[in-house]
Amino acid sequence: MHVPDGFINAPVSVAAGAVAASAIAVSLRGARRELDERTAPLAGLVAAFIFAVQMLNFPVAAGTSGHLLGGALAAILVGPFTGVLCVSVVLLMQGILFADGGLTALGVNITNMAVVTTVVAYAVFRGLVKLLPRKRRSITVSAFVAAVISVPAAAVAFTLIYAIGGTTDVPIGQVFTAMVGVHVLIGIGEAAITALTVGAVIAVRPDLVYGARGLTTPLKLRVGGELVDTPAAEPVTRPAAGPVPVAARSHRTVWLVGLVTSLVLAGFVSFYASANPDGLEKVASDKGIDAKVEDHSAADSPLADYGVEGITDGRMSGGLAGVIGVGVTIVAGTGVFWTVRRRRTPETEAATASSSSSSQLGESA
Amino acid sequence: MTSATAPSSPSASPPPSLEVAGLAFAYPDGHQALFGVDFAVARGERVALLGPNGAGKTTLVLHLNGILTGGAGTVTVAGLPVGRKHMAEIRRKVGIVFQDPDDQLFMPSVREDVAFGPASAGLKGPELEARVRTALERVGMEAFADRPPHHLSYGQRRRVAVATVLAMEPEILVLDEPSSNLDPASRRELADILRSLDVTVLMVTHDLPYALELCPRALILSEGVIAADGRTGELLADDELMRAHRLELPFGFDPRSVTMGA
Amino acid sequence: MGAGHAHKLYRHGHSPVHALPPHTKLIAVFAFVLVVVSTPREAMWAFGLYALLLAGVAYAARVPAGFLLKRLLIEVPFVAFAVLMPFVARGERVDVLGLSLSVNGLWGAWNVLAKGTLGVAASVLLASTTELRELLLGLQRLRLPPLLVQIASFMIRYGDVITDEMRRMRIARESRGYEARGVRSWGVLAKSAGALFIRSYERGERVHLAMVSRGYTGSMPVIDEVTASRAQWSYAFALPFAALVVCLLGWTL
Repeated sequence: MHVPDGFINAPVSVAAGAVAASAIAVSLRGARRELDERTAPLAGLVAAFIFAVQMLNFPVAAGTSGHLLGGALAAILVGPFTGVLCVSVVLLMQGILFADGGLTALGVNITNMAVVTTVVAYAVFRGLVKLLPRKRRSITVSAFVAAVISVPAAAVAFTLIYAIGGTTDVPIGQVFTAMVGVHVLIGIGEAAITALTVGAVIAVRPDLVYGARGLTTPLKLRVGGELVDTPAAEPVTRPAAGPVPVAARSHRTVWLVGLVTSLVLAGFVSFYASANPDGLEKVASDKGIDAKVEDHSAADSPLADYGVEGITDGRMSGGLAGVIGVGVTIVAGTGVFWTVRRRRTPETEAATASSSSSSQLGESA
Repeated sequence: MTSATAPSSPSASPPPSLEVAGLAFAYPDGHQALFGVDFAVARGERVALLGPNGAGKTTLVLHLNGILTGGAGTVTVAGLPVGRKHMAEIRRKVGIVFQDPDDQLFMPSVREDVAFGPASAGLKGPELEARVRTALERVGMEAFADRPPHHLSYGQRRRVAVATVLAMEPEILVLDEPSSNLDPASRRELADILRSLDVTVLMVTHDLPYALELCPRALILSEGVIAADGRTGELLADDELMRAHRLELPFGFDPRSVTMGA
Repeated sequence: MGAGHAHKLYRHGHSPVHALPPHTKLIAVFAFVLVVVSTPREAMWAFGLYALLLAGVAYAARVPAGFLLKRLLIEVPFVAFAVLMPFVARGERVDVLGLSLSVNGLWGAWNVLAKGTLGVAASVLLASTTELRELLLGLQRLRLPPLLVQIASFMIRYGDVITDEMRRMRIARESRGYEARGVRSWGVLAKSAGALFIRSYERGERVHLAMVSRGYTGSMPVIDEVTASRAQWSYAFALPFAALVVCLLGWTL
């Protein structure tokens, strides 16, 4: 799905660039909160991992193969902020070094493949993890669903961007059907691999899966071959830290995640509810966003008027989808951002301490 | 603990380079690796820390400069307790050379990598350049300053890793498995370099001949505690002790037949 | 994503293009591509001129045509997409060799192909005349958030290491007679991916330890800095400026 130069017109490319830039800015702050000073090496290595994994082709059927996009995987394994950063950096480097995806289309690519996949996947994932019983299986199931939705979501986002700034007048209905159709298939593959990968990680290092962290047991001393409990003098910060973040993620988070999920779902529903996705294009041309679209959307095409439901419906639902689709990035991004920030402030220390073996490095403060 | 307490624990003047007392630690996943470790290393000593895989050697190393904390017990470096208060100072004093040079060399070029430590400590300009040059000269890698680390051979990378730490002018040099994956020539070159350095060395290894070659004193870490402490030659010659802690000498190697230059 | 883009991005050389400071090149390429994208597609001659401009740069940089063309292959997947356009786009149609094609779609295909190819060629020229290290310094100089530059720099430093691990895992799988075929192989591949993630993440932790051990507290010490003189800027901007002239002509003619 790497969009090349010249596919999307210049103004929309620039606008997408702005969206991508602000999403990255939010993620940078968020990731620092998630990982502290460990951000650079960890996110860098995860980016290298995503980069490598994108080269891992998995056979689909009859000689064809697909490759992982990795947005959902990154979001689930390392959290949404770090996930956005990792995938963005991968895309940036692919664009600059390998000419994979145009430079002017960088904003479009980052918005689609880094932001939309990651945010959608994470919102769905968190929502499901909250709903399902706290078991390992629930995590894999949630991962599957999150990934399966995230890929077509990126396709939807692409269609939206194309509807606004596509340089060729391909009927949006067709773009939509083709993109979403293909990407639902890709999404299934992505979801299977993502879920299996998350499952494999959970089996070995459950503490590495963001949001599914293990508990700690108290320390023992070996005295003359016997295990005894550590003197109670040093109950240090560590043991207390483990379960806290999970517990603290309670109400407001559930609420916000629910909100974000419903926004995302609303976006989808409105799309599917509209039997005539061309309504979207109609909106685009009515609003005069792209003069070219207006010229040709008249009735020349044999496919132009297959929708009979009336423009109003199509326009409304399409418009709704449009607004939500464009807004989802920002809303979800800031939503998650706010949650994390509010949750963090009272217990930054505890949460950091729990995040991994190499914790408690707060001496920089 | 069979304690043959450190042959050299000077009662007065310079505090020992390293002092570890009652150290216990468990990882967040619940696995407990250290169960109360006690030992001291005097200034200028070269000590080997021996132990089978999984004995907790690397975990111990990570405590020496405060990367892992939060368990029980204390670590003191040249009189400074390892803790948040003196962390920057501690990290400068304890130079750890990690086992995999790829982990240690994270900058895009050798020069930048060696400069990283001193630059973090605030060194700049010609002073920084001089520090980098000296460190690279001490390991004989000055000709490779502008190469990216991943284009070097494994032995060269290991030497650069030592240089990155020397550039910080540490009080004690801690080496984690320094001889692993080295061919015999690189191994000898590294030994020569280590012998030429005038710093306290703690060498964590299960390469017993290498320990005997370089370190007069050895500690055995087993199941998360110090199980023995004494002269390296004597420990290696104690078959029963060795067997009890899964330490095996290479075929045909007899520690009694080796004469050591301390 | 193509398969073989692991190596040989950069061609060592001492041409004037190589010598330019990286951030001037980045800006120049970016401006050039932006100008190209803004050119009306009907001005076919303009794209010819752009191609000539790039050829001039390639000549100045002593990048051989074969090298450039080979790297252009990255575009292939989307050429396929472009080829489809004339069939699916709407608008008036023409018959070419018995096929009914959309005029609009033909223009669209041309548009995407021309602009896409020029974009790829410009990026390829940038990557083949600028070392990775320099590119990072350039990005840093262009005020990309330092954290992002650090992440990119770690990704580049360890990209090879990780892909190498993945390759070794594949060889290990295949040495034991495993062959990836169909859906049933997904489980195995996912386990490899999981293992790879754990290895990558743990290496990240170890790298972090190594950094912290040497006094890292969250920001990279500045060791190298790149600067550009006015002359270098103007030299780098010769390309996008010439392109801009062409573009303006394209709009007015």
